[in-house]
Amino acid sequence: MKYKTQKVAYWFWALSMLLWTIQLTYGFIMGFARVGMDGLHQWIPFNTAHTVHLNTLVVWLLAGFMGAAYYIIPEEAETELWKPKLAYLQLIALTVVGVAALTGYHFNIWEGRKFLEIPRELDWLVAIDVILFLVILLMTIIKGKKKSTTAWVLYGGLVGAALLYLPGMITFDSQVLDSFFRWWVVHLWVEGVWELIMGGILAFLLIKLTGVDREVIEKWLYVVIGLTFLSGILGTGHHYYYIGVNKIWLIVGGIFSSLEPLAFLAMTLWALNMYRKGEKKHPNTVAIYWTLGAAIVSFLGAGLLGLAHTLPQTNLYTHGTLVTAMHGHLAFWGAYASIVLAIMFYALPNLTGRKLYTHARGKAAFWLTNIGIFTMVSAFAAAGVAQVYLERILGYDFGDVQNEIQVHFWVLIIGATILSTGAIILIIDFIKYGLPTDEALEQ
Amino acid sequence: MLSKKQAKLFFLVGTFVTFAIFIGLTVFSLKQVQTNIPPDVAHGKHLWEKNNCMGCHTIMGEGAYYAPELTNVIERRGEDYVRGVLMSQSPWQPRGRKMVAYAMSESDANDMIAFFKWISNLDLNGFEKVDKKVSPLAKDNMKN
Repeated sequence: MKYKTQKVAYWFWALSMLLWTIQLTYGFIMGFARVGMDGLHQWIPFNTAHTVHLNTLVVWLLAGFMGAAYYIIPEEAETELWKPKLAYLQLIALTVVGVAALTGYHFNIWEGRKFLEIPRELDWLVAIDVILFLVILLMTIIKGKKKSTTAWVLYGGLVGAALLYLPGMITFDSQVLDSFFRWWVVHLWVEGVWELIMGGILAFLLIKLTGVDREVIEKWLYVVIGLTFLSGILGTGHHYYYIGVNKIWLIVGGIFSSLEPLAFLAMTLWALNMYRKGEKKHPNTVAIYWTLGAAIVSFLGAGLLGLAHTLPQTNLYTHGTLVTAMHGHLAFWGAYASIVLAIMFYALPNLTGRKLYTHARGKAAFWLTNIGIFTMVSAFAAAGVAQVYLERILGYDFGDVQNEIQVHFWVLIIGATILSTGAIILIIDFIKYGLPTDEALEQ
Repeated sequence: MLSKKQAKLFFLVGTFVTFAIFIGLTVFSLKQVQTNIPPDVAHGKHLWEKNNCMGCHTIMGEGAYYAPELTNVIERRGEDYVRGVLMSQSPWQPRGRKMVAYAMSESDANDMIAFFKWISNLDLNGFEKVDKKVSPLAKDNMKN
């Protein structure tokens, strides 16, 4: 590492790994419930498991982004982090909020709005925590020697994510308005500002891993994020097809969300071309795997699988079925989980001084997690398509259909087992790297 | 060849224009949305969220896909059935999938029913009919 204060990042990623473990565990509870094995129902009913599964996902990705920002911004700004003790305080506050929220979910303390279940009182603490995070980063950029595009794009994405959290805190009596503004948060995060964060992290990794000129990489970063907003903002309309608002969203959402894969395609081509152009072949092949993996799988999951059911003519039948779960799993994995793991495995050798990327563990974890998620997504696809046909076309009852498609959930569990095996190996690798040390400081 | 400055301009202008259109469409759409919600419907929505029903069910297609879509549940099952489920003291277990026993009061159950009825009366651009047997090749029939 170049600056001692970059070590803060490690602890955010440690929190990410802990939350990921919880997310996977609760995913299994849901998977087994779907095949009739729900012995934990009395203590952890499906809605609790579902809420924990989604919220641990969101928070482990956010903690991952925060870790990435604390690693990247000092290096890009060429200065130590502004008041690193505050960064540790921010981590503790985030952890406390997370623990309180997760505990509360087991006692029916929640808002019951998908992805935004954190109770309102804790929302305010999240807001304060995020403001503190953004102030630390801004002050670091301001006092830094350099103002890079990569740093600003990453920071802009994080500011956008913070601002877009606010519409989710407005209370509505109308379910239509509630749903409308809930998507301002969820959609404009994952198909908007989070792509800026992903783009910023990807740009940093491409600069470091390929050795291609920064100006070239950052030029294409603008193109990628330009396409993201050009398609993604009005693409929000694909969530407004059937929630009781104007029909105009059928046209606007249909056209612009169909364009959303272009942003991911551009990201894939950008990453692959930069890698091919790069004269310097970085020895950290595990980081290269995750970086290129994020660029490719995000296009498949968020881009192509999203396109598969985004037109209103198709979505009328697939909306509210397991087809959405198919798209959601690969999109989150490819775009966001993979980019967090990419920056983490790029940074770990630099933070700890241990170059464990030559060990087979790193690549085994990459392949197992990816094979696992593709198996899961195939199971969701088979179950979802069968559900659409039996339920929406032939008109069979929901419960009858779920029993018919139960076999696919066994495949889902097998896939989740493969993914979790990879995740365990990955976390072992994380632990084997050991703690960050000042001895790893580059002279 | 595209310069970095031009790429930045593409990003800024594209973002500004699409965001402006998005805000315009939002204002246009929300003018047509009912905002004076009857108290029983509002309380039903509150109960819907308090009990995290979306953590298993879907409504207007949004939720967790583990339990049935409830947009048309009153038409499909009838008020008495829904009231019975919501007021049940013991866990409901249709086809093996367990539902938490919410043991609601009759008043709360009625407010939930009012909420479901309100949802089912919305114009959902065709989705309100989707749980009826329809063929994608005969979409016009959905209007009937």
